[in-house]
Amino acid sequence: MNNQKDRETIESGHRRSNGEDSFKNLSGFKIKALYGPEDISHLNPETDLGLPGEYPFTRGIHKTMYRERPWTIRQLGSLDSPSRANERIRQLLKMGATGISLCLDMPTIMGKDSDDPLAEGEVGSCGGVAIDSIEDMRNLMEGISLDEISINFVSNSQSAVLLAMFVAVAEERGVPLEKLTGTMQNDILKEYQAQKSYYFPPRPSMRLTMDTLSFCNKFLPRFNPISISGYHLASAGATPVQELAFTLANGFTYVEEGIRAGLSVDSFAPRLSFFFKAHNDFFENIAKFRAARRIWAKTMRERFGAKDRRSCILRMHAQTSGSSLTAHQAENNIIRVTTQALSAVLGGTQSLHTNAFDEAVSIPTARSEKLALRTQQIIAGESGVINTIDPLAGSYYVEALTDQMETECYKYFNEIENLGGVISAIEKGYYARIIADSAFRYQEKIEKGKRTVVGLNEFFEEEEIDIQLREADPGFEDEKVSGLTDFKKNRDHALVKACLNDIRDVSQGSDNIMPALIKAVKSCVTLGEIIGVMKEVFGEYREDYIY
Amino acid sequence: MSRGRKKRILIAKPGLDGHDRGVKVVARALRNAGMEVIYAGLHQTPLQIVSAAIDEDVDAIGLSILSGAHNTIFPKIMSFLKDRGASDILVFGGGTIPKKDLENLKSLGIGEIFTTGTDTRAIIDYLNTTLER
Repeated sequence: MNNQKDRETIESGHRRSNGEDSFKNLSGFKIKALYGPEDISHLNPETDLGLPGEYPFTRGIHKTMYRERPWTIRQLGSLDSPSRANERIRQLLKMGATGISLCLDMPTIMGKDSDDPLAEGEVGSCGGVAIDSIEDMRNLMEGISLDEISINFVSNSQSAVLLAMFVAVAEERGVPLEKLTGTMQNDILKEYQAQKSYYFPPRPSMRLTMDTLSFCNKFLPRFNPISISGYHLASAGATPVQELAFTLANGFTYVEEGIRAGLSVDSFAPRLSFFFKAHNDFFENIAKFRAARRIWAKTMRERFGAKDRRSCILRMHAQTSGSSLTAHQAENNIIRVTTQALSAVLGGTQSLHTNAFDEAVSIPTARSEKLALRTQQIIAGESGVINTIDPLAGSYYVEALTDQMETECYKYFNEIENLGGVISAIEKGYYARIIADSAFRYQEKIEKGKRTVVGLNEFFEEEEIDIQLREADPGFEDEKVSGLTDFKKNRDHALVKACLNDIRDVSQGSDNIMPALIKAVKSCVTLGEIIGVMKEVFGEYREDYIY
Repeated sequence: MSRGRKKRILIAKPGLDGHDRGVKVVARALRNAGMEVIYAGLHQTPLQIVSAAIDEDVDAIGLSILSGAHNTIFPKIMSFLKDRGASDILVFGGGTIPKKDLENLKSLGIGEIFTTGTDTRAIIDYLNTTLER
């Protein structure tokens, strides 16, 4: 049999003809019709894959993976008001969620109190919770066991303040800080690159991140002070390989900064965690997760000299792709979320958030949220995929793709290094340019019919099925503002002023800011007031808009 | 507008939300279609947007909003335009906007709202047709 000729015949047989875009994945890699032993001939299973739970962790970070414990089923527990969010968290836990993510409303994200004139119309927006003060944190956490339930705060520029509130509430409740669990997203680099909820220039922002990192390192050993997030980069348009490369480069930057701040690498690297997107291309996603673990492990050991195996372990949370959901025939999104979730599981994630199918149109309803949660429970309980560890290892295609992901990442690492590192690349517009280009190309392919979106550019129907949408509470904003007005009236004004002066002083110096923040939030100083003072010291960031 | 002049479009993102993928894709698509695009950037207040539109002498303002604040922010922009005697500037918008809100927004004088899933060519066609009238 002429093997070579057979291969050529297979490669030339195209089912569809999208010209040069035929059979490319989202990263733009040309995918062959067939993969075989020759594609992984250089693969050394011992050093490139290892066993699950062993360096370089390509096959997963735990020896037993999901046989012992399934991934954390982590759904959004946020709603406009802290007490309603609290209720929502309890409902989710009762329905079988094992972790919670909490989004903030737009004013909180931008460091503004609910009574700020610029907050008008946005208090409690985007399915996020409005946090102005310690009182809100108390209500949010009421009755929730702070040492058992891991809450992932989707908090970035304001993380130091939110962490201060969280710590203050734990102290009030007598929970020892060393027992506190949870995560602050606290990934400022990707804010400048993609998510755009920055306040200060990168340098002072990085200093705040390092203050929280050092504080957690000392007092909250079980808490994850940073969740290095590729998800937002991908949502803004980065391709999967760009998401991977940029996120890991950001991770290395935090490691460098931690070392520069005087910490030993093994004292903080084990607490760094990651957050990736599970996008449409099934195998590409699996390869991305596997490559992520391998690159991280190798770099931590070889470049940063990590000795502790936990420093080399990349722990991740994953979320299905909000940006892949369609408003048209929205119920189709249930299927998209299912295949994306399955790929995240086969990729070995530690934690997963499945999107609700109506998110392209509105804030999810209780019904659509429950369906998203049940999707994970069905994968975990019924599909049988958890019965064996890393079932795709050794697949010619998956291993070849994992390799290719890794190789391509280094090209981006080199580009970033040549620009003088991540922060300098941000300032030079590197990320803005690449991400805008990728986003535009993606849209162009959809519009030219080169990338299928079922229900939109294929199988389109004029008639849309009406779905039930969540109704926002129109009275919430007034209620929140009036509550805050009372709160501000009934506090020790001289103490508030003194706390703000302290924060100004510490911001100007180089001491860790956390003690001053904890004292301030306990003295009823609000988030907006604290950020206001910090802006006076640090200044505000303005980006050049590239499109 | 006078014939022969390139269409000038101000693209803006009012409110606190920073999700700028869509707005940038639209800005580039309009530019590629031969229009002069001025992108006002993030976190713009209604007053800033209206002032920029008048200063830049634009033919149309395109607003992107994903946060759900459209019912608060769009009316303010329309009313500032009226106050400044600039109601002749065409306003269109897009983003995550539920169908039930469309009618009310259009009754304020907003020309068109392009929701999630819109083809950029539909926006270009709309501007070409409407601004030639």
